[in-house]
Amino acid sequence: MKSKTASFLKKNKKQLLEAWMHNQLADSTLRDDLITNEELGKQSEELLDSLLKALGSGEFNADSDVFQPVVDIISELSITRARQGFSPRETSLFVMSLKRAFYSIMDKEFANDPALLYQEAVIINNLLDTLSIITMETFIKGREEVILRQTDEINEISTPVIRVWDGILALPIIGTLDSARTQIVMENLLQMIVETGSRIAILDISGVPTVDSLVAQHLIKTVSATRLMGAECIISGIRAEIAQTIVHLGIDLSNINTKASLASALKLAFNMLGVEVRRGEKKSII
Amino acid sequence: MMTLTKEKLTILREPDVIFFRNKAKEYAVKIGMSLVGQTKLITAASELVRNMLRYANGGEAILEIVVRNNIKGVRLTFADKGPGIKDVKQAMQDGFSTGKSLGLGLPGAKRLSNEFDLKSEVGKGTTVTIIRWKNGL
Amino acid sequence: MDKIPILKMGEFLLVTIQVDLYDRLALALENDLINMVSKTEARGVLIDISAVSIVDSFMGRILGNIASMSKIMDAETVVVGMQPAVAITLVELGLTLTGVYTALDVEKGMELLRSKIGYLPLDEENLYDDLN
Repeated sequence: MKSKTASFLKKNKKQLLEAWMHNQLADSTLRDDLITNEELGKQSEELLDSLLKALGSGEFNADSDVFQPVVDIISELSITRARQGFSPRETSLFVMSLKRAFYSIMDKEFANDPALLYQEAVIINNLLDTLSIITMETFIKGREEVILRQTDEINEISTPVIRVWDGILALPIIGTLDSARTQIVMENLLQMIVETGSRIAILDISGVPTVDSLVAQHLIKTVSATRLMGAECIISGIRAEIAQTIVHLGIDLSNINTKASLASALKLAFNMLGVEVRRGEKKSII
Repeated sequence: MMTLTKEKLTILREPDVIFFRNKAKEYAVKIGMSLVGQTKLITAASELVRNMLRYANGGEAILEIVVRNNIKGVRLTFADKGPGIKDVKQAMQDGFSTGKSLGLGLPGAKRLSNEFDLKSEVGKGTTVTIIRWKNGL
Repeated sequence: MDKIPILKMGEFLLVTIQVDLYDRLALALENDLINMVSKTEARGVLIDISAVSIVDSFMGRILGNIASMSKIMDAETVVVGMQPAVAITLVELGLTLTGVYTALDVEKGMELLRSKIGYLPLDEENLYDDLN
């Protein structure tokens, strides 16, 4: 872009802003329920100011350092708007509508030099396209952060360690057991073993949909870590189809205590600890 | 990827192993790595520093805090001018050792890191680089 | 040079590792411990590593060696108090310390040693004495 054009645009900032605001206010998708015209005007002016300042430098690549302030403003705006409940489309249209304002101003000025008009229009076009992509990216990034946080929360909630008896812990695992999950299961379990001084941990996998060799490897790792701490592990809740896949895949679980149900695992745990559970003399209530 | 902090240490004697481990731990704590993450990092560091002492009579170790995609991590580089590794593929196998060790050093260090890179030239030396990210598994 | 103290408790030897071991210290411990087993004819060795924040393959090998050597001299070895982070790291490293017994703390380690060498806890012994 010629420096002449840049300074011309700077001089006509007021008209530009007016045209842009006009475009925005005329748009049928304007969310006057979420933002006041006054605030919209303020946001628009701030963005336009920094954009014109950057254009004055003679650099037109949105990835360059000169445009960093513009990108910062846009990212900030995109995040606040996402929180306010704007759709990504609306935020991106906010930037796109500036394009038309530029065109209308430049159209008048360069009416007698179409070649220059075209040249400058392409630059503005590319620049604003990039900026509008940035609004989209920031929006998605904001969403991704929410998802990540939720995943962490779900993992945290879905791996409770229950103290079922003095010295016996139970860990019902529900859902797929991937590496991230295994890590959390292991850490929670080992921490609880230390805290409670428990000697036996029962991993119940009735809620695990499938056990492939990777899941089995994760289970074996958990058992090994538990043993290194000086506690013993029992894996319970092995359904018929899981037993079948385990054998078909050639996974060796022979040196791990396995039981079909949590009840029989608990019985084995009692046995290992030398605890005896008996029905009392008193007549049972149920 | 950007480097925020960088420090270079020379490893020549056995006690340097412990000094380096403590330094690595300091870096891991600085970026807020979990206790398990820290332990994995310093264990991997211990294996690699020890390799350097055993096979190349020492070398240089570089500690860095790096950032990629807004996530911080610790990068450790171990460079020696030792004999180099003839068969890298074999050296990366569990249980293989030319010395009298368990042969878990290299493959174990790889499992304990999030990123692992080994470059070796026979007669010239070996460089191993590992990264553990703050939130890495 | 530093030295790690070895305590004799009846038929057992107790070692508490309070510092991060460098190689020579670890090797010296292995040597001292095995000599001590031989001298005292101990039946069990208890190694408390609850203050140890890192066990690498070298340290793992030393622990394994101590267990195997003691075994030949008819003494069982129990490693007690491993930190969760250390256990998780060892598994990832591929070291499961086969042949080494483990226990949560010194007390449970003692109990395990007694059961391994066929000893009854003290109070039960007395009980049998009373019956006779």
